[in-house]
Amino acid sequence: MNVVYILWLRQLKRSARSRTRIIGSFAQPLLFLLAFGFGFGSMFQRAGQGNYIQFLAPGVITMSILFTSIFAGIEVIWDRQFGFLKETLVAPVPRILIMVGRTLGGATVAVLQGMVVFCICLVVGFRTPSLPLLPLAFTFMILTAVLFTAVGTALASVLPDFQGFQLVMNFLVMPIFFLSGALFPLTNIPRAMRIIANLDPLSYSVDGLRFALIGVTHFGVSLDLAVLCVVTAAALAVGGYLFSRIQV
Amino acid sequence: MIRAQGLVKTFGDFIAVDNIAFDVAKGEIFAFLGPNGAGKTTTIKMLTTLLRPTRGSVSLDGLDPVTHQTAARKQFGIVFQDPSVDDELTAYENMDFHGVLYSVPRKLRQERIEALLKLFELWDRRKDQVKQFSGGMRRRLEIARSLLHTPKIIFLDEPTLGLDPQTRNQLWTHIKKLNDEEQVTVFLTTHYMEEAERVAHRIAIIDHGKIIAQGTPGELKAQTNTETLEQAFLVLTGSTIREEEASSLEKMRTFGKAFRRVK
Repeated sequence: MNVVYILWLRQLKRSARSRTRIIGSFAQPLLFLLAFGFGFGSMFQRAGQGNYIQFLAPGVITMSILFTSIFAGIEVIWDRQFGFLKETLVAPVPRILIMVGRTLGGATVAVLQGMVVFCICLVVGFRTPSLPLLPLAFTFMILTAVLFTAVGTALASVLPDFQGFQLVMNFLVMPIFFLSGALFPLTNIPRAMRIIANLDPLSYSVDGLRFALIGVTHFGVSLDLAVLCVVTAAALAVGGYLFSRIQV
Repeated sequence: MIRAQGLVKTFGDFIAVDNIAFDVAKGEIFAFLGPNGAGKTTTIKMLTTLLRPTRGSVSLDGLDPVTHQTAARKQFGIVFQDPSVDDELTAYENMDFHGVLYSVPRKLRQERIEALLKLFELWDRRKDQVKQFSGGMRRRLEIARSLLHTPKIIFLDEPTLGLDPQTRNQLWTHIKKLNDEEQVTVFLTTHYMEEAERVAHRIAIIDHGKIIAQGTPGELKAQTNTETLEQAFLVLTGSTIREEEASSLEKMRTFGKAFRRVK
């Protein structure tokens, strides 16, 4: 238990100490809120879909959690290149505990990030009508963060260096985000895109969070919760397995 | 204490370690010498559970690192050839992190961290992040860290690389003292022959993945009819300069490329 705690603590300390990353991580969601939120807002309204900022905010919160978690997981590559990974790999503890500690640490940072972005959304004009559902929103944020930190860790365990990282961003993370329904409603989209969106776990994060924050849902909140729980458990299992197989 | 039998490691077509065997007794200081790329680090990685041997077996105090990973890992401390401290943490935090991983009880942990940081003259800088440290200070921190959990075996992979003579001297004095007083077994590699001659009880010389000579410094000198270990080393390994050893990372890259081609 101590092992999980110290690895969790390390992730938190590292994040708190890198100021440039903290600043950078707020700029992007803010840009999305301003550019998309106000840029497309009137169009969205005229199409009869209501207030776009209301619709977009859960998507942007989910986006910031997605990116922060993937980066936290990918940090394994960083540790590999700077050598610290070896210190944890020769330690007399099951590697699964190392992986779990790292993942929970990364996920905690991502959830904190998501809450800050939530506050930014409030400043920009977002209003949530359903305060009692905030714990549910929190649950979705945690599940999403754990899921994608584990995915990042799994990827980093098989990628030898940062060259593969660009590939991951362009062919995995960006599609996961853009095709998830974070930016647009999943009704009335072409069939092929709908199939992809249905397979994208982030769709269920966005949908669940949207239900908890503004009471709108596409899949139904119980399906969202069930899908996320299953996928998160699977990602933890795969990530834990791949991490424990690392050789340096 | 450390036994290797028929140990082989291959990376694709490249045979890094080719059927080596040795036996290090409890309380012995054993130097593993060889030119760049001879297979020293690969051997250490197999001994310390970081790499799985292609063939052959290893035993650390009777434990097989492949089948009894966690128990085997408890037996040793290691100073890696390349850095392995966390730059963003302070010196104290790096030590504390290590102590928790090796389940050193809190009270004892605090005492030992203080003693070791004082011994390696880092106590005044304990609250500084390691990224502000010089190369020598990082090295000292890594050495201090490897001793924190009082291991029975210490692996030192070129521990004095980049250190000034003062620090080198202090390090070896301390290692010899630990060996004398606590019977700690030491397995080391170095390119400084005079260091090996000074501290090692027994030496193995590895070249192109094979052990080509084994014995006390005196035996090796007698065998080659030379005055110093350095001369003996040159007689045994020849004087051609080796290609620089690829880091494990580069090896993995090459491996990855080969893998993709196969697919």
